[in-house]
Order: sequence, then C-alpha cells, then structure tokens
Amino acid sequence: MVQTQGVRQLSYIQAVNEALRLEMRRDSTVIIMGEDIAGGGERDDFQDAWGGPMRLTKGLVGEFGRERIRDTPIAESGFMGAGVGAAATGLRPIVDLMYVGFLGVCGDQILNNASKIHYMFGGKVNVPLTIMTGTGAGTNSAAQHSETVYSVFTHYPGLKVVVPSNPYNVKGLYAAAIRDDDPVIICNNRQLMGVRFDVDVPEGDYTIPIGKADIAREGTDVTLVGMSYTTRVCLQAAQELEALGYSAEVVDLLSLSPMDDEAILESVRKTRKIVIVDEDYPRCSIASDVAALVAEQAFDYLDAPPKRVNPPHTLVPYSMPLEALFVPTKEQVVAAALEVMQ
Amino acid sequence: MAGYTELTKESVLWMYETMVTIRRFEEQARREADAGKLRGIHSSIGQEAVPTGICALLRDDDYVLGTHRSHHHCIAKGVNLKEMMAELLGKATGTNKGKGGTMHIADIRKGMLGANGVVGSNIPVATGVALSAKVRGTDQVSVVFFGDGASSQGSLHESMNLASIWKLPVLFVCENNRYAESTPFEYSVAGGSVANRAAGYAMPGVVVDGQSALEMFEVAKEAIARARAGEGPTLIEAQTYRYMGHMGADDPLGYRTQEEEDYYEGRDCIKRMEEHLLDSGLATESDLKAIDEKALAAIAEATKFADESPFPDPSELTTDVYVSYP
Ligand SMILES: Cc1ncc(C[n+]2csc(CCOP(=O)(O)OP(=O)(O)O)c2C)c(N)n1
Ligand SMILES: [Mg+2]
Repeated sequence: MVQTQGVRQLSYIQAVNEALRLEMRRDSTVIIMGEDIAGGGERDDFQDAWGGPMRLTKGLVGEFGRERIRDTPIAESGFMGAGVGAAATGLRPIVDLMYVGFLGVCGDQILNNASKIHYMFGGKVNVPLTIMTGTGAGTNSAAQHSETVYSVFTHYPGLKVVVPSNPYNVKGLYAAAIRDDDPVIICNNRQLMGVRFDVDVPEGDYTIPIGKADIAREGTDVTLVGMSYTTRVCLQAAQELEALGYSAEVVDLLSLSPMDDEAILESVRKTRKIVIVDEDYPRCSIASDVAALVAEQAFDYLDAPPKRVNPPHTLVPYSMPLEALFVPTKEQVVAAALEVMQ
Repeated sequence: MAGYTELTKESVLWMYETMVTIRRFEEQARREADAGKLRGIHSSIGQEAVPTGICALLRDDDYVLGTHRSHHHCIAKGVNLKEMMAELLGKATGTNKGKGGTMHIADIRKGMLGANGVVGSNIPVATGVALSAKVRGTDQVSVVFFGDGASSQGSLHESMNLASIWKLPVLFVCENNRYAESTPFEYSVAGGSVANRAAGYAMPGVVVDGQSALEMFEVAKEAIARARAGEGPTLIEAQTYRYMGHMGADDPLGYRTQEEEDYYEGRDCIKRMEEHLLDSGLATESDLKAIDEKALAAIAEATKFADESPFPDPSELTTDVYVSYP
C-alpha cells in the first residue's frame, strides 16, 4: 500500500506506547504506575529492563524518568488507591493493572472509591484516573489470567470502559481516556497484541471520543456487534458471510460505558437482525445488555430475536483444545448470523 | 509421604532425591514448553531446597499452598509426576484434569492445596486452612510459600496478624529469590528484610539459607513443632535464587549481572548436598548417579504418560464449575 506522509502501520503494542508517550509530552501531570512498567527497580545499570510484561511502556522511563514512570511493588490495592488519591489532587495517573483478574486484589479502590468519589462528594472532586489492563483468553493461561469481566466495570455507575480493537482506535482511545475527567478503564485484549493489522495510524496525537461506536464494515443483511477481540472475529465472519452471499454490518462498540446505543439501533433498524459477540461470561454480560436494548427499543424492526454469542457459563480452562471452545469463533458467528437470517 | 523428624541418612537421601527430581522435572518441562506444548512455565530451578527441607517434615495430611512458581512445592509434597506432567500438557489425566495447568496444580490426597496464579492470593487461604486444623482439633500444619514480590501484598500482612492473634498453625515461607519479574527485592521491600516484618505481628521471623536443604530442615523443624504445639505461626525468609528467567524464555541478564548469577549458582543446593553426602560418607558417587538415573527414568515415564494421554473431552469445558447447579 502507498504510505502517505505521517501515517504508518503500527502494532497494537506500538500504538499504545506512542499514545502514552504523546500524552506524557503533552501534559506533565500524567504519570504511570505499575509492576515492571520500566523494570529493574532503580538500578542505574538496568534502566528500562522490562517495559511492562507486554512491552507497552517500553522506553518511556528514558524520556520521562523514574518520577513519572513508577515501578511499583506487587501491591495492587496500594497503588490503585494511590492512583485514586493522586487523581483527586491534580495528577492524571495511569495505573497498569497487569491482568484484569487482579481486579480481585484492588476491587475496593476501583469499585468503592474511583467510581463513587465524584458522586458522593456532590460532584466537587474529579478522579481523572486511567486504568489499563490486560484481558482475554486464548493464551493457555488458565482461569485467573484470561478473563474480560467487562460487565463488572460497566455495571458500576461512575466508571467509563473502553474496548479498543486495533492500533488506530487504541491510540485515539488512550488519548481520550487520559484527558477524560472521569475514571476510565481501558481493556487491552492480549490476543490483539500478537497479530498484524492492516490499519493506518497517524503520527500525531488524536482522540477517539469515548461513547462512540465505529461501523467497522457496512452491510445490509445482518448486524454483528463486536468489542475488542470479538470485533476481529466479527470482521472475519463478515468476510465469510460475503462469500456466502450475505452482507454483514460490523458495529465495533469501542466503548462499553457509555455505550453508543444509537449506533446499534440505527444499524439494526437497517438490517433487522443482530448477533452480539462477546467473550465475557454470558450471564449479565454486554451481549445481554445489547440484546435487551434492541428488544426494548427496536422490537418492531426485528425479523428475528437478538442472538448472543458468548462462551458458556463456565470459567476459562487451561488445556488448549478446551480453551479453543471458550472464546467465540468465526464459525460460531457465521452460524449465528445464518440462524437469524433464516 | 515424607514425615521425617530428624536428619538421618534416610531423610537426607530423600531430600537429595527430591531436589534432583525437581530439577530434572523442570528441565523436561522447559523442553515441553519450547516444543510448544504449553505456553511456558515459571521454573523453580535453583529453589529446590526450600520446599524440600520443609516438606521432609510434613505428613500427607499437612497442607502446602503455593504460587505461580510451584512445581517444586508439588514434587516435594509428593504429587505424582505423571499427573503433573499431564497437567502441564493440558491432558485429561492431569492432577486437575487439564483445567488448571502449570500455575494451579493441586492434589488434595497429598495435601497440596494448590498453586495459585494471583500473587499473594494463597496466603489468606493457608491461614484459613490452619484455622480449620485448629478448630477441628488436629495437629496438622499449613505451609504457604510466596515470593519476595508477594511480601508487599496486603494479604500477607492481614494474614500474619490473624494467624498471630489466633495462634494458628501456619508457616509463612517467603522464597526470597531476589526478584519479582525484573524488580529487585532491594527496591520493592522497604527496610530490606521480609523476616523483620514478623516482629510487628509478634511472631518469630527467621532468615535461612534457602540454598541449603539441611538448614531449611532445621528451621522448619522448629516452626512446625511450634505450630503443632499450638504456639502459633512463624515467618521464614528463605534466601534463594531463580536460575532461569521469570517465565518462558526471558533473559534475566537484562536486569541482573553475570557475577550475581555465578555467585548463587556457586552455592547450588544440589551441588552442596552432593558434597555433604560424599564428605560424610552417606553416599558414594555411584549412589548419586543411581539416584539421578532414577529421577530421569521417572521423568521419562511421566513425559511418555503425558504425551500418550488424551485431551479432555469437550464436555469438560462446563463441568466442575459447581458441585451442583440444577
Ligand atoms: C496480584 C498479581 N499481580 C501481579 C501478577 C503478575 N506477576 C506474576 S509473577 C510476578 C512476580 C512475583 O514475584 P515473587 O513474588 O517474588 O515470586 P517469584 O516470581 O520470584 O517466584 C508478578 C508481578 C500476578 N500474577 N498477580
Ligand atoms: Mg521473587
């Protein structure tokens, strides 16, 4: 493809890294805390030894120093709470929660403080905290290191939740999240970090508004709703459906809270059929939420009941062949789409 | 079941064989990971003496709880090697039916109440296990292993306080291998000592050479006696070293020096035990060789078993979530 000036292809990891770098240059109140985000402790001989387990923060300590790029002890409750306090008093901290399962360790700080301070204090204190966390199954990491738990964060009023799906939108959503005055959780699916994208990323800084979905592919016969990794699955399914003679529209949610209800409704008014693809546990999930939305607000347009594609109500198994049955696949999405189009 | 009470020829040879078996197991596990049969392991090579010296004193009905890096805990507690290797490969015959994998191996029959992938997460659970022993009126003990990194988690501090006020039979065993991923212990632990934390919770805090199974045995013997006698918990800081990267193939020379690695490898727990056995006349070179060959044969058998075992049936995806769920 032709390279236009100022636009190139980056990996998901590179795009996150660039977004962090640009926001830190732009605003000196932005700091990052987390385990091994630089690495090596404070040893001069081993600066930037690690750069985060996924290398999302690689190289930042060299430019911004240890004052702003802070390796933490393993103490999620402590440093998440420190993020809340720092956010309430003039900083824009980014806290790296390595895997979302560790929400269990620092749930109090996120669910009782970050989400509630603004409201409980009568709107007089803001908590502009950004939490970035690794999500998703498919890496042979077993039940504690493979969750998404989107619906837990989304359930809590006071928290915003974004679910990027590619290097372009992750860069813009990071900038928006960091500049946002509310606490925002960015879910980084780990499978997206290992794949190639055919997506251009501008060099300069830009934001993608929180609360806006993206029509990742236009179509007329069926709406496929994806988020983060499942958007990729939906796009693959749409290709396959095209080969079968169907035109699928893919709505990439990008934000779960606030959610772009109107984009979903508009699409479904056009296609009259909807399949929601979500890798979270099925009960009380985003898929259920979207299904309820269209049932309530677009019932008259629907030619078939909304269809959810989630894993079964189970935990993430370690064994690779079993795990492959957990995350929604292209085949499942195609089958679901054919079912609603019957 | 080990259950030794003294350092005798038998117990020392058991410790030697256990450490050799752990090392050979880990070497094979690494090969399996390199071959793509599992994503990776947190290798315990270098740290064999820590659980070995302690588990030599434990009975099958005593409990051990571990971490993400727990193969050595499992082997020292007597978990079946074939079932462990099968678990690593995600097979139906594994200790956990392939559902848990390398970070979650558990075998309740052997008192191995599980490895745990969330750092610090098992410490309160182990405290509850000790509470159970106390309330049920048994003399069982609960031993929880955790890393230097984990010592920063609030879960340790809350648990030490609980265990101390209730005089629970638990051993808090910190395997201080000097790093949490790339973060050196000197950076993350204020005051430079984990053992010192014990004073704040009114329990003994002991530093021990974790590269010596014999010293581990002596320290554990006292702590276990205290626990069984109802005198409460002990915090043990075992100074040790992980020879490999944190997980998989990462290069530890990115955050530590060759000199440091050489120093710790020079104090290798297996080498020093060999010297002790030979010097004291407890074993000959050919005895040691026979033990190594026995370990290698056991690992080969375990690997064959794992390879030949089937993957779980697809229906297993949704079993074991609940005991009952109508
Ligand atoms: C609560 C939690 N935070 C972070 C991690 C990621 N993590 C896995 S192992 C590890 C380092 C643990 O260090 P240490 O406790 O010293 O144990 P070691 O790896 O040295 O055996 C980290 C940060 C985790 N698994 N759980
Ligand atoms: Mg450590």
